[in-house]
Amino acid sequence: MPEAPVLLYCRCAYAQVVPSGVKNAVLAQLCDSGTSFETVSDLCEMAAHRDPRLQQLSQCGHLRIAACYPRAVTGLFHQAGAPLPEGTEILNMRSQTAEDITQQMLRPAGAATPTPAPVAAQD
Amino acid sequence: MITHTARPLKVVLYEGNGALPLPPEARLKVLTALLDKGYAVSRVTPTSVTPTSSDDHTLLLLGTFPQRQAPALEDVTGRIQIETRDITDLDPETVVALVDKTRGDKPMNEPGKWKPWFPVIDYSRCTNCMQCLSFCLFDVYGVSDENKIQVQNNDNCKTNCPACSRVCPEVAIMFPKYQAGPINGDDVSAADHGREKMKVDISSLLGGDIYSALKDRSAAAKSRFSKERSPDKALDERKKCLTKLVSDGFIPMDVLASLPSPDEILRKAEVAKARAAAALAAQPSQQPAS
Repeated sequence: MPEAPVLLYCRCAYAQVVPSGVKNAVLAQLCDSGTSFETVSDLCEMAAHRDPRLQQLSQCGHLRIAACYPRAVTGLFHQAGAPLPEGTEILNMRSQTAEDITQQMLRPAGAATPTPAPVAAQD
Repeated sequence: MITHTARPLKVVLYEGNGALPLPPEARLKVLTALLDKGYAVSRVTPTSVTPTSSDDHTLLLLGTFPQRQAPALEDVTGRIQIETRDITDLDPETVVALVDKTRGDKPMNEPGKWKPWFPVIDYSRCTNCMQCLSFCLFDVYGVSDENKIQVQNNDNCKTNCPACSRVCPEVAIMFPKYQAGPINGDDVSAADHGREKMKVDISSLLGGDIYSALKDRSAAAKSRFSKERSPDKALDERKKCLTKLVSDGFIPMDVLASLPSPDEILRKAEVAKARAAAALAAQPSQQPAS
């Protein structure tokens, strides 16, 4: 049985670059799902401080992250001295719909990844 | 501005064994309020384990407990202080106030008071060419012991200035809080790559190498000063010279305002160039990037 992923949600609270409609909807659907998950106020802020929690998160095995562009998220963890392990799934709340993201975040471990659809303006 | 480097406490919205699930609306509102205040929060249901960092000295468990009685909990290792609070029927503002009270006077950054603005290097693209180190006048960049380019002083970076990302020939420098791609971390298209390659020539705006242009201007200014000392005129010329970069959208006005004096710019440029050259010279010989 594949290991259940740790789910991480970034609120991007320190700047208005993630559409609020998407991030609110993703959080609401995670809350309604009955599953456990981790949330952070802002991954950029944590990376700027080399927050030790990033290290902890990067070491917790299989990680699924709802945040920003995968290139940026990978770079932030790397810069904070907590490189993400291979297989980390990064979902982009700036370009994907809330439904796509929630569907991928909550799918069972080992289930195939659905093809993401481009985001429609939801803000 | 960075005000602290430690986490004040970790908040857990506990809905595991021994607690009752929160009403759905209250759960979302409490989580949102805590996140928007700057806290990191774990939502825990009976099926999960929450990762705890060695930096988390205080764990605050919030839950709706039977008889409104939060249990007393203790960390068996004794390393983490665990506090529990019953939040039955509390509105989100009251919950945030309760968390703030538990945090006490431990410092914490808050959203809205500081924008995390600093360059992030995409090492899968970076060729270690040192152009960013050479370009940035604010000592944001440095080199590691292995002579690899690094962001070393990210709080020196000027908010909303993505100028270094524009001189990177490989589109390897990102600012995640920037609006547009590929600077925000979006995928780099072939067109982006071509455009960024061209942007290395921004120094030509000043007639060639930006530093030598500044040096020439400084030398000319010095010679003029000997004949007609006019600090106001010199300042005006410097402004004209640099505002060309602003008018082309390369450097925000407030960054220009915080630039060091022309002499200091020349000194910093020489230092940065020397550091970049030393780092390049120390690299093992390699084929130039195609």
